[in-house]
Amino acid sequence: MELNTLTAHELIDLLKTKEVTCDRIAASLETRIKGIDSKVKAYVRLDKQKEFKNSGAPKPGSSSLEGIPVSIKDNICTEGYNTECCSNILTGFKPPYDATVIRKLKDAGASILESKTNMDEFAFGSSTENSYFGPTHNPWNLDCVPGGSSGGSAAAVAADEAILALGSDTGGSIRQPASFCSVVGLKPTYGRVSRYGLIAFASSLDQIGPITKDVTDSALLMNVISGYDPFDSTSINVSVPNYRLSLGQDIKGIKIGIPREYFIEGLDREVKIILEEAIRELKNQGVHSQEVSLPHTEYAVPVYYIIATAEASSNLARFDGVQYGFRANEPTRANLIEMYKKTREEGFGEEAKRRIILGTFALSHGYYDAYYLRALKVRTLIKEDFDKVFKDFDCIITPTSPTPAFKIGERMEDPLKMYLSDIYTISSNLAGIPAISVPCGFTKAGLPVGLQILAKPFNEEILFKVAHAYEQRTAWHKMKPKI
Amino acid sequence: MNYEVVIGLEVHLHLKTRTKAFCGCSTEFGKEPNSQVCPVCLGFPGSLPVFNRVALDYAIKVALALNCKVQEYTKFDRKNYFYPDLPKDYQISQFDLPLSRDGFLEINQQGEIKRIGIIRVHIEEDAGKLIHRDEVSLVDFNRAGIPLLEIVSEPELNSAQEAHEYLVTLKSVIEYLDVSDCDMEKGSLRCDANISLRKKGDKLGTKIELKNMNSFKAVKDALDFEIERQAELLDEGKNIIQETRLWDARELKTMPMRTKEEAQDYRYFPEPDLPPFIIERNKIEEIKKGIPELPREKILRFMKDYGLSEYDAKILVFSQRNADYAEKCFKAYSKPDKKPIVNWLVGPALAATSQSRPEISDLNIPPENLVELISFVEKAEISNLSAKLVFTEMIKTGKPAATIISEKNLSQISDSGALNEIIELVIKENPRSASDYKAGKASALMFLVGQAMKKSQGKANPKVVQDILKRRLNDA
Repeated sequence: MELNTLTAHELIDLLKTKEVTCDRIAASLETRIKGIDSKVKAYVRLDKQKEFKNSGAPKPGSSSLEGIPVSIKDNICTEGYNTECCSNILTGFKPPYDATVIRKLKDAGASILESKTNMDEFAFGSSTENSYFGPTHNPWNLDCVPGGSSGGSAAAVAADEAILALGSDTGGSIRQPASFCSVVGLKPTYGRVSRYGLIAFASSLDQIGPITKDVTDSALLMNVISGYDPFDSTSINVSVPNYRLSLGQDIKGIKIGIPREYFIEGLDREVKIILEEAIRELKNQGVHSQEVSLPHTEYAVPVYYIIATAEASSNLARFDGVQYGFRANEPTRANLIEMYKKTREEGFGEEAKRRIILGTFALSHGYYDAYYLRALKVRTLIKEDFDKVFKDFDCIITPTSPTPAFKIGERMEDPLKMYLSDIYTISSNLAGIPAISVPCGFTKAGLPVGLQILAKPFNEEILFKVAHAYEQRTAWHKMKPKI
Repeated sequence: MNYEVVIGLEVHLHLKTRTKAFCGCSTEFGKEPNSQVCPVCLGFPGSLPVFNRVALDYAIKVALALNCKVQEYTKFDRKNYFYPDLPKDYQISQFDLPLSRDGFLEINQQGEIKRIGIIRVHIEEDAGKLIHRDEVSLVDFNRAGIPLLEIVSEPELNSAQEAHEYLVTLKSVIEYLDVSDCDMEKGSLRCDANISLRKKGDKLGTKIELKNMNSFKAVKDALDFEIERQAELLDEGKNIIQETRLWDARELKTMPMRTKEEAQDYRYFPEPDLPPFIIERNKIEEIKKGIPELPREKILRFMKDYGLSEYDAKILVFSQRNADYAEKCFKAYSKPDKKPIVNWLVGPALAATSQSRPEISDLNIPPENLVELISFVEKAEISNLSAKLVFTEMIKTGKPAATIISEKNLSQISDSGALNEIIELVIKENPRSASDYKAGKASALMFLVGQAMKKSQGKANPKVVQDILKRRLNDA
């Protein structure tokens, strides 16, 4: 039995009966990474570090992840371990502190991998191709992208190069790669998980969330990382339930809305058919489904690209070469402005520059009202769409992405087409609601498809309930890619 | 030509909270550079701000004292600009929904009360400090993140003198609230000015922004310089260019820094890391209750209740601790006319204060003891001259007046038997003065009194001496 192929909850059971040891888990993972990561490229800076650091025994009273390795996206701060957002501008940056989620994982006894998972630079992208370290390959088809921006985390979990992983989701960056790689990805309610230590892309949209092999592991990881954090003023003080209690429940009578605006032009035919099959499966278990409307859906992408880039343009200003990270070589006595310009020109990749320029423009004097302010207003309308539906429905089901994974390089020259890859995931970030993607089938070409479930704020429980019930009756999550 | 001067002031004030505005770092002044920093105030990637609620309480206190309307719904915004002393390359500030607006501060201008409008009072964070050394520039981030209050006045000040008075009055109010050190040298109070000139009745002229003034006097000097400079240009029929100018305290002139075309677009937008917040009415009421009587009201009350002149009241009220001390003295002194107390306070007491003991209360004389000393003088138990000696001794030793008087044997001699002897001696030694007086030269009497005082080592009661002398010389 290859330990690296198991889920965290399976390993925890084996650890309890002392059938395995933490060291053996770490060793099997290390072997796997050494064996195949040169093909998948889920991790970055592997040549420099590939240590599994064991953070020690769990603190009393904390939920135990003792000895379970967790892979971390390169934008979540880990004390003493490089955290570079896969950007040249953060070359060599070792944070002096742990993100709150990392501290919680360590408190629960988890091992944090020193090597971080690959991502689009600063999470700007939907394919992990915008990484300074080059793209990650989809374990199901190495010619395809794993999705993004948390493509490294999703690919690592899918290829059994990770047991558990953390990603971050600003517009679909956990769910879309989870869907492309046939793993489970959850974006929690905005404010459910602390953002302290997550290097910000768009502060009002970012959330950290789990990427796992199944729904049970997702609940397990959420139990550890959720909760109010006094160091994050946008985290919300709502008590955290034990998410494992949502598993194995009957879903009979649950009311599901199917938004008509998500099943239109642009949705791949095969994906549509697979989705309809998944919905039929849920109906067989007794859920009521009905078509609903989210009328402002078409504005989600433009609204998102104004708000997200505006916030990003400001969040990324601090990468100026003054305190940390990369600073361009300067001729002596170069002036300050030249230092800024050269550092940022050489430090940021194309997509980062594009978004900084877009965001700077949207906030500029004379344009603010027409772009940013208007986008905020439409954002409220999008949120109200969801509020209305959730008055009568427990959750909403949609495809996670309109297409399966696409070929590496295919969309790089067409940013707009790339942006549309997140058309089904963006709205939940704008509305701040939780959403999960679970594997629900494969195309004829063998590429995974994901089912997205959305619920009202702080109702992750219903997501786990429905997702787990679905997972129990299907075997998609057990399929393994051949690499 | 005669122009009307229009000045508005923008004051930045460090709030003296123990910790910074958005992190737990100490705000103490003068520490080793970059020793009071953390990932938050250094703007490290991934760090997030958490608002210090004490800073909010202090800010509300100032807003209320300046008669501003405190907004129930307020939020922070980001002010974006690149500069090495700004760790995040944006400053957390307030833009369209400031903490408070529409207040006023009353200043005294040649005996007249003038009300100066306050446009807004808002909270923001301070930046670090650049230190330039030869070829390199260094940054000290100890100051970065200290809570700042920005107080913006209406352009309603009409002279450099008025601007100066506004600053002095504002400082006094803030000191009463005990929320800032108001020390311009340490940078805990900073002031920028906008100034324009116009012909009376015309619309506002082109304004110049003045920066880099490091004392109240510098503000006044810079404004006076600017008034003259602009008046000359206008007299010559030239236009004023809208620009920012820096005061050069060595050269005593203002120098151009940047013009309007170079002005920055700060791209303000709501700070997404700090949700907007509601300030509860009852919180405002509670803070209001904690505001002490402010200088303006105290001056009026001292004039009314204790019969002080405005001049004396202002001197005593300028510092809250002096005012408190004075009031305790007034209460301990039973007579309705408090003039003797006031004379002592604004006279010897204030004169005895120093850099190390800046307030009267620092002199370690309980108010009752000072009142007792004054009553000894009034009861003629000691002379005025001795009283000053006793006072100095009280400061030195902390002993009450009575103890010092007996220890130093300073009781005044009012007993005519004892004085007769001295007076006979004085007349004998100064026959010329005695006869001068008898011949009608009144001033000769004062000379003889002085001689008698000298002979008694200051202990003689001058009034009794005078009486005895008069009687003795008139009889003869």
